[in-house]
Amino acid sequence: MSAHVLELKDVTMQFGGVVAVDSLSLAVDEGEIVALIGPNGAGKTTAFNVVTGVYPPTNGEVRFHDRVIVSNRPRGKMKKLYAGSSRGVYTASVAPSPDRITKLGIARTFQNIRLFKDLTVLENVLIAKHMNIKAGLFSAVFRLNAKEERQMRESALALLKIVGLEDARDEVASSLPYGKQRHLEIARALATEPKLLLLDEPAAGMNPQETDELTAFIRRIKEDFHLTVFMIEHHMNLVMEISDRIYVIDFGKQIAEGTPAQVQDNPVVIAAYLGVEEA
Amino acid sequence: MKTKKSTKRICSVLAFAALLAFLYLLDPNSMTMKLLQKGAILAVVAASMNLLNGFTGLFSLGQAGFMSIGAYITALLTIPVKSLDGVYYAGGMSEGIRAFKMAMEAGPAWLTSVYPFLALILGGVAAALVAALIGIPVLRLKSDYLAIATLGVSEIIRAVVSSPQMEKITNGSYGLNKIPNFPEMFGGAVPSKVTPFLIAAVCIALMVLLINSSYGRAFKAIREDETAAEAMGVNLFKHKEMAFVISSFFTGVGGGLLAMYLRSIDAKTFSIALTYDILLIIVIGGIGSMTGSVLSAFLVTVSKEGFLRFFDETLTIGGWQVPLFRAGFRMVIFSILLMAVVLFYRRGIMGTKEFSWDAVFGLPGWFKRKFGRKAARGGDGR
Repeated sequence: MSAHVLELKDVTMQFGGVVAVDSLSLAVDEGEIVALIGPNGAGKTTAFNVVTGVYPPTNGEVRFHDRVIVSNRPRGKMKKLYAGSSRGVYTASVAPSPDRITKLGIARTFQNIRLFKDLTVLENVLIAKHMNIKAGLFSAVFRLNAKEERQMRESALALLKIVGLEDARDEVASSLPYGKQRHLEIARALATEPKLLLLDEPAAGMNPQETDELTAFIRRIKEDFHLTVFMIEHHMNLVMEISDRIYVIDFGKQIAEGTPAQVQDNPVVIAAYLGVEEA
Repeated sequence: MKTKKSTKRICSVLAFAALLAFLYLLDPNSMTMKLLQKGAILAVVAASMNLLNGFTGLFSLGQAGFMSIGAYITALLTIPVKSLDGVYYAGGMSEGIRAFKMAMEAGPAWLTSVYPFLALILGGVAAALVAALIGIPVLRLKSDYLAIATLGVSEIIRAVVSSPQMEKITNGSYGLNKIPNFPEMFGGAVPSKVTPFLIAAVCIALMVLLINSSYGRAFKAIREDETAAEAMGVNLFKHKEMAFVISSFFTGVGGGLLAMYLRSIDAKTFSIALTYDILLIIVIGGIGSMTGSVLSAFLVTVSKEGFLRFFDETLTIGGWQVPLFRAGFRMVIFSILLMAVVLFYRRGIMGTKEFSWDAVFGLPGWFKRKFGRKAARGGDGR
């Protein structure tokens, strides 16, 4: 009986002949901040997409609070093509759509900000609240759910306050400055009331000062919302400062795991990032 | 600039009363009335198409097909029994439907008075049911592919309606006629001529309420970014199907109204050209604006059938007959206007904005800002 919040077992994602993620196994525990790092094209975002149900994996299993949420093994044409290095036997085929996974309590942000651009800041957060709506179509159209709607608004506004966007609530999302858009995306993810938050390069394109602010912000929401955070990040300052543990992958394979100090000194990691000098 | 809520409410009531008074005073047989009625009907269909294309981001071209379902059901149910033999003179009529209609006509007085409305609603429900079935496979497609598939569906519906196998129900290629005009409402308090406007207003109001509800926000989220919407817990298929079915319902009701307006329909009425007409309306009005769709429905109808007719008549200036001015020329002018809109006002009249009194009261200021500066610049020119 494991106490992992998130556990990946032999997760392999193969597109045609390309193995983007190869037998990735990792675990994230309650209350941790875990980072997934690796050079460009290492398969980090693909791993996220498997966890959130965007792609069904070619092989492997994902567990959330010890419950299998995604599982597959090579089938059909993939049986012959399969080039992953592990052959764990995962009989069940579980491939829920991303909205089901979000409902289980896993929320995410995107590497390239994916806000609802033409909608207002408040609407962006309200949409994430729609998932738990109790009112049916009829009562929503005739405004019989005024109380529920008000509660949705109040909690959405509370979230905007936390991210410091309450004054911008009626502005169109695309008009926000870049850093604020990142914050809004996190607020929107928090609105789904997640237990696990997946952040895909939250500091991408931010300057050092913004990155520092973001570091503090992630710490704060982690405490306030009792979250477990699993993130992909390239800013090493942020990663080293905030993470409890780090997984390093390269060409889809895990090459190192450990505390920031351990990973920093690992020659394999340095080689992956900087390349190895021919002897 | 914010206007007080009470002021807005008074303005809305006054505007509504003025409109209603205007409609009550208008001669029911005048050209203006006919045009406005057609505008109101097209406004319903345009709004329902906009709900799908503009708000949910599903590019569907099946409108004509769903309209024909609504129109045929409404026509079938409302044609009086005594006219049936005249309508189905060629192939005869299905005895089951005739018996049903006779039973309905023999019903109590309240039933006969709400019967036309029931027919409209049933037409809408039938269109919605067909949409629900078709939506299951078709809504898995995206953008252009969805448009092609729905276009195909619309053609299939048309082919089925006019097929000889359906002769005893739809009267095949002869179509249905002797369809009664719009019914009166509330025991004559609302005359027949105002009914389509009232029904249209109710339909559009319902769609606006839907768009502003939590479900409407989910629709807009799908339009903006499917992947993000899904990641935020919006069930894509459920909400797409919902939008498709609701849109088809109102399209069906619009089709029923069109049958009552035209008094006679056949399969050719609901050809692809009808879908394009409606597509034009929503493009001109602004994809993603209900106000735009309604405004443009009236604008397009009135200009196409009304004042652009001027170009169809031979024009003689001082003994010289202007060439080009002959039957069909208005369509050329209309197409040119349309191209101008698509080229220079790609977002249509309204873009994605909606009507608000704030904007109306802000108009003088806007004009001043836009043209005042120009005037000032011209004024101090030495």
